[in-house]
Amino acid sequence: MPVTFRASLLAAILGAALPAAAADDVVIGVMYPLTGSAASTGLELKNAAQLAADLINGTDKSLALPLVGGGGLPGLKGAKLRLIFVDHQGSPQVGATEAERLITQEKVAAIQGAYFSSVTQTASQTAERYGVPFLNADSSSVGLTQRGFKWFFRTTPHDELFVQNAFDFLRDLEKKKGIKVHRVAILAENTEFGTGAARLQEKYAKENGYEVVAKILYPPKGTQLTSEVQKLKAARPDVVFQSSYLADAILSMRTYKDLGFLPTALLANDAGFNDSEFLKTMGKDGNDVISREVWALDLAAQKPVIGKANDIYKARHGVNFNGNSARAFTGIFALADAINRAGSTKPEAIRAALKATNMGADQLIMPWGGIQFDENGQNKKGAGIIVQVQDGKYVTVWPMGPGAKDVVWPLPAWEGR
Amino acid sequence: MLLLQTILSGVLIGLVYALVAVGLTLIFGVMDIVNFAHGEFLMLGMYSSFWGFALWKLDPLFTLPFTALLLFGVGAALYRVVIRRITDAPMLSQIFTTFGLMILFRGLAQYFWSPDFRSIDQSVLTGKVAFAGLQFGLPQVVAAGGAVATTGAVWWFLRFTRLGAALEATAADKEAAALMGIDAQKMFALAWGLGAACAGVAGALLSTTFPIFPEVGANFILFAFVLVALGGFGSVAGAFWAGILIGVVEVVGGYLWDPAYKLVLVLSLYLLVVWLRPQGLMGKA
Repeated sequence: MPVTFRASLLAAILGAALPAAAADDVVIGVMYPLTGSAASTGLELKNAAQLAADLINGTDKSLALPLVGGGGLPGLKGAKLRLIFVDHQGSPQVGATEAERLITQEKVAAIQGAYFSSVTQTASQTAERYGVPFLNADSSSVGLTQRGFKWFFRTTPHDELFVQNAFDFLRDLEKKKGIKVHRVAILAENTEFGTGAARLQEKYAKENGYEVVAKILYPPKGTQLTSEVQKLKAARPDVVFQSSYLADAILSMRTYKDLGFLPTALLANDAGFNDSEFLKTMGKDGNDVISREVWALDLAAQKPVIGKANDIYKARHGVNFNGNSARAFTGIFALADAINRAGSTKPEAIRAALKATNMGADQLIMPWGGIQFDENGQNKKGAGIIVQVQDGKYVTVWPMGPGAKDVVWPLPAWEGR
Repeated sequence: MLLLQTILSGVLIGLVYALVAVGLTLIFGVMDIVNFAHGEFLMLGMYSSFWGFALWKLDPLFTLPFTALLLFGVGAALYRVVIRRITDAPMLSQIFTTFGLMILFRGLAQYFWSPDFRSIDQSVLTGKVAFAGLQFGLPQVVAAGGAVATTGAVWWFLRFTRLGAALEATAADKEAAALMGIDAQKMFALAWGLGAACAGVAGALLSTTFPIFPEVGANFILFAFVLVALGGFGSVAGAFWAGILIGVVEVVGGYLWDPAYKLVLVLSLYLLVVWLRPQGLMGKA
């Protein structure tokens, strides 16, 4: 006891004077876009990850999630989680270099990141080469878990599931409400995220007997989306499937309104449309957009821990969790769970523990069956929901049933909102 | 009809590109310095409009003269404090300096104003302009009109005022102009002030339609560089016509072909022009 006390006192003194010298910490590298056009999203992800680490390092046990309030990881004699945040600027090249730096200079036990599928792709490649576990909590491109990597683990469901969800939703609309959709158009940004999603949407649309009237891939971060919107307008789709990050999501919505383009429904593929800044910026024009999601605050009615975790986050940062931040938060818990069971910060031990992960639904703030990875590192128990913006809030509209709101269909006119 | 609509949409955005490029070409023409921080002047113009709106409910159109003056001050001060020291430095130092300023401005904006996306949602400029089956957002039309007016004013100033003539003289030959009693230091400061003010006005005009965030300048700066080279280094009229050309090629090309390749079209056109006419459309050989 006195030894531990003295050691922790020493660690505390050292820690205060020289944070890097606290040898017992479990160091995790966390990479998000902290500058660049997705910086506001990156900041939310960073805040959520840090909150998860603080809850695990702290002593307040009031939130009913595993490891919370334990003052560190019990499996490593109370070692604290220390997150090192790096900025990948949304660039795949920077992501790869930063991952290398985290591994070789900072000697991290594991890496979490990177939101952009394109950056996750390159950064995880670096981690694979060095043999360091890479946990991805928030990139949805299918290809990421089809590379046969040994060190890559993904907690979030991927786009194939989300696209299936979207078509299940359309089928349910037809069955339960008699709403029939014929013509669909696809608009997507042309990096890993958008092109992957667009390919799947096209495939599933054709398989389900819809007519794909336009498939438009555009370069992100542009100055205008006029050509894209004119093409959409000319194609006269009932439903538009859209995959865009924040800046483009805002710009496209404004252009729809200015050029008078109004599809029956807009089915967004998360990302920019579910960012906290989206509704702040769009106001009433953001209403009635439909999006796939992995999280919504109204799920708290069935799962109180969601509400409690959200209260803590909101008290700290003034905004609610969203699908992105909730997944980043969950990612740290999945890593902490594995490292704790591994009882070691050796990469091989953590990898073995990740492979044996079996977290239950009650251990998560997500509406998932749990976390358990398949041989490709993909979480088998993830699930998606579909939300719609109604009166400035994201509400669950699918799966239809108790707790879900009625969907507003079609999109109301831009004028008179 | 859709095609005509698309062409006109291209002209509208092209005029805004032109205004950003006019400021850049002015600075380059007078001083032979490539200002990589030019997009950041645009960003500051947007934030100036945003804060006027957020703090005092002043419409960006109303605060536009103030934004122009403010950016003129920023540009002139930047010259006095930083650029003056590198006028005769090797080109590499000049590039590093303005590139460093770009990063500095972005960093400061992110530090003080957060990376959040801002927008001005209740401008007097909302709604549409519709005629003969065509329709455009009113903010875009006003932005294009404002860009024409500002570019025209700069052109008139250079062409028909004594001060403008002095600026042109300094651009043509610094030493000779100095012998004629023109204070080169003042002219350089004027060029930076005017250049920054042009970008600031473009920022103010864009602020009602484009999301406002610290790195927004990056979206526009590539076009500004293309326009400066395409129109002819230092040529205000060249930048203007190049702006319209590029806007139309980008929007119409994206519409008729594939939007994924709209930048390819723009840059191919650029390569073609500088291959056939290295001095640019209206540059002096």
